[in-house]
Amino acid sequence: MTDATLAEGPVVVAPGDYDDDHPVTNTGLSNNKLAMWVFLASECLLFGGLISTYLLYKDNNISGGPLPRQIYDIPFTSISSFVLLTSSLTMVLAVSAIARGEERRGRTWLATTAGLGMVFISGQVYEFQTFVREGMGFTTNAASSAFFTLTGFHGVHVTMGIIMLVSLVVLSLRGRLGVERAETVEIVGLYWHFVDVVWILIFTVVYLIP
Amino acid sequence: MTADALHPELAPEEHQVHDLAGAHVSDGKYVQIAIFLAVATGLEVYLSYSGLEGAALVAPLLVIMAYKFITVALYFMHLKFDPKILTRVFYFGLILAVSVYAAALSTLKLFGG
Repeated sequence: MTDATLAEGPVVVAPGDYDDDHPVTNTGLSNNKLAMWVFLASECLLFGGLISTYLLYKDNNISGGPLPRQIYDIPFTSISSFVLLTSSLTMVLAVSAIARGEERRGRTWLATTAGLGMVFISGQVYEFQTFVREGMGFTTNAASSAFFTLTGFHGVHVTMGIIMLVSLVVLSLRGRLGVERAETVEIVGLYWHFVDVVWILIFTVVYLIP
Repeated sequence: MTADALHPELAPEEHQVHDLAGAHVSDGKYVQIAIFLAVATGLEVYLSYSGLEGAALVAPLLVIMAYKFITVALYFMHLKFDPKILTRVFYFGLILAVSVYAAALSTLKLFGG
């Protein structure tokens, strides 16, 4: 801070210095967006812990039952991965459309993203049911517990994302998702893409690497 | 008082409250990126069935995974276009997680019995 600035005394933000959507901030960034990035950074630690736990216990079936990798259905999970990747594309197209003021198109992409998320979750539920039928429940062995905890947490995150997306669609239907709300859509998009990148890690580390 | 007066040491472009990054990339480019991600995923699946084992399988899978991760973060999450502080915040969390858990896994591998 320069001497001239210091001489001005305490910082006072005048009413005209900001509007409701873009307040002046110390960083020059939107606080909401910065907060979402801090949250996502903390989520790295959560999923890092869950992935590490799985890696530690993935071969531990001392108490019996099959190991997760013995009953994976890679083709099925690959299709789920494609679905989630596609949802990232539709999400970014939604952000782009809303930023251009094309609310109707943005709403369509948001609804498509939510729908793809639901398809992914349905696939996960089906996969879990299949695993339980094949004798691998949550408490069957340490490996299964670690697997269900990791993928279950990810599924919960996807579900939260779907709820946020549906909320945005409802807002849009009420005409309250214009270009002035574009940052809100972008922040939800950040969350959704993060869920996608976590799945990129899980798909490779948990499913594909033996 | 504006952000310029609060932080004159910042570069001018960092003074602004940043608007959406969505306008930086065309929709067509996003589709191209998504196709690249799909092809990369297909390649991963192909490798997992290729009969390769050990490092010959794990190394390319990890490289492709990292490419996919970075591509989504840079383009879909707009880190390539947003202020660097957001990149630093995210990578701080990521690197911290990788470091902590790599250390923990190594320790348990060495001393876990």
